[in-house]
Amino acid sequence: MVNNKIEIGGLNVFYDGVHALKDLDLKVREKEILGVIGPANSGKTSFLRCVNRLNDLHDNFKMAGKIMLDGKSIHEIDIHLLRKRIGIVFALPLPLPLSVFDNIAYGPRTHGVKERTKLLEIAESSLRAAALWDEVKDRLETSAFKLSGGQQQRLCIARTLAVGPDVILYDEPCSALDPISTLKIEEAMRSLKENYTQVLVTNNVKQAARVADRTAFFLMGEMIEIDETSRLFTAPADKRTEDYITGRFG
Amino acid sequence: MIDSKLKEKAAFAILLAATIIVIAPVALILAIILINGLPALSFEFLFSIPRDGMRGGGIFPALVGTFYLIVGTALFAIPFGILAAIYLNEYAQRNRLTRAIELAIINLSGVPSIVYGLFGLSLFVEFLGFGASILAGSLTLAIMTLPVIITATREALSAVPRSFREVSFSLGASRWQTVRGVVLPNAIPGILTGTILGLSRAAGETAPILFTVAAFYLPKLPTSVYDQAMALPYHIYVLSTQVPNVSVKVQYGTVLVLVGMIFILNIVASYIRSYFRKKKTW
Repeated sequence: MVNNKIEIGGLNVFYDGVHALKDLDLKVREKEILGVIGPANSGKTSFLRCVNRLNDLHDNFKMAGKIMLDGKSIHEIDIHLLRKRIGIVFALPLPLPLSVFDNIAYGPRTHGVKERTKLLEIAESSLRAAALWDEVKDRLETSAFKLSGGQQQRLCIARTLAVGPDVILYDEPCSALDPISTLKIEEAMRSLKENYTQVLVTNNVKQAARVADRTAFFLMGEMIEIDETSRLFTAPADKRTEDYITGRFG
Repeated sequence: MIDSKLKEKAAFAILLAATIIVIAPVALILAIILINGLPALSFEFLFSIPRDGMRGGGIFPALVGTFYLIVGTALFAIPFGILAAIYLNEYAQRNRLTRAIELAIINLSGVPSIVYGLFGLSLFVEFLGFGASILAGSLTLAIMTLPVIITATREALSAVPRSFREVSFSLGASRWQTVRGVVLPNAIPGILTGTILGLSRAAGETAPILFTVAAFYLPKLPTSVYDQAMALPYHIYVLSTQVPNVSVKVQYGTVLVLVGMIFILNIVASYIRSYFRKKKTW
């Protein structure tokens, strides 16, 4: 019995009148890693930012369709609670101009956690889960900008984990990182599988092949196909998918 | 080849000459004020009341009056200016109304200061019945300074990367938590700098205080906000045009004190700016 964590039905997205996402139907299963691949402007990021309603910050954004989290429409969930439950890791490492510790503590403080011992506990467990604890445990009070790019991105994952989400969205999280840092992020994702549902939007086809359980291929605002990663990469149903993953375009 | 070298030299010469022509008058003014004003400066000059029909004695009441006006202006203009800027920049939706408000604010900073003076006279002095008083003068100066503070604050807020806000929102923070948590802490240096520069401009204005607070001659310190007060800019005007036979020393000494006050405020502003720029990590 497969539980669907997120169900999307008939989703259409417009920015300034541009039709960015067309009739998307997609289910994200509980505790899977769903890879989303596709060339630039294929609607991958638009899809991601609909799920935690970050698109609502965009002035000329319009959407139609249904997005359900655990069977409940995301528009019926308090927006702050929704974003607490659905975390996102952005393309560039975006630490806040604070110390390592304060970066992690930012979210929990926002949600009312005040005691330092509690915050330290959260910091340690999230940093461990993001595979960063051993590297930063002695410099929690230094500026987050002093960390390397790969460490900063894992700090961002830890910061997302600190508010206790059940879903983590990744928006091309390794596009600014070197291969070794990329591997560390991927390892972190695999170990997070136990407790979290993860959606990984990536420009890097091989990355989806390495970590995703299922993979979806987006092209010009449409989802062309979605399948088990092993099948999508060995026997894609659509010619366009095959062309893309074999590097004939994109 | 020779032609382009020649043009280069000509361009350099013209640009340099233009710069010197621009700087020379400022340097000259400062030099004249310093040479003529320095001999007047003394403890007694700064801290005693004017005597002999303002031809002798000191400028203490004017100094205190200007200080009170700066404080009063700051009390009214800083909170309202900063809060309005936060609203306009972080909360207000982009629509025709907000654009009209923005345009109005830009235009307000171009309104001549005598217009503010007359506005203050009719609204605060007469209509609200504050009389010519520190309260009326401060409010008038505050209204004149508001556009400057709002514009500077908005610039400082806009300079904080959008991505910081997105990170904060994505963690479930509310708009106010985002403003408090990531926007304001990173905008404070710019806000402070702009605010101090706005206040220093207000400190040197004569027209807005002419009808609203400034006393011609008042040899005692004000005791309440409803009192009139002497103020440095107006005192300078009086010394140079209204009182016969004032020594050049006293005139320039007073000018030097006002210029010095504004200079100090500007130094503080640029110190804050450079201090935070060094600390800035993004």
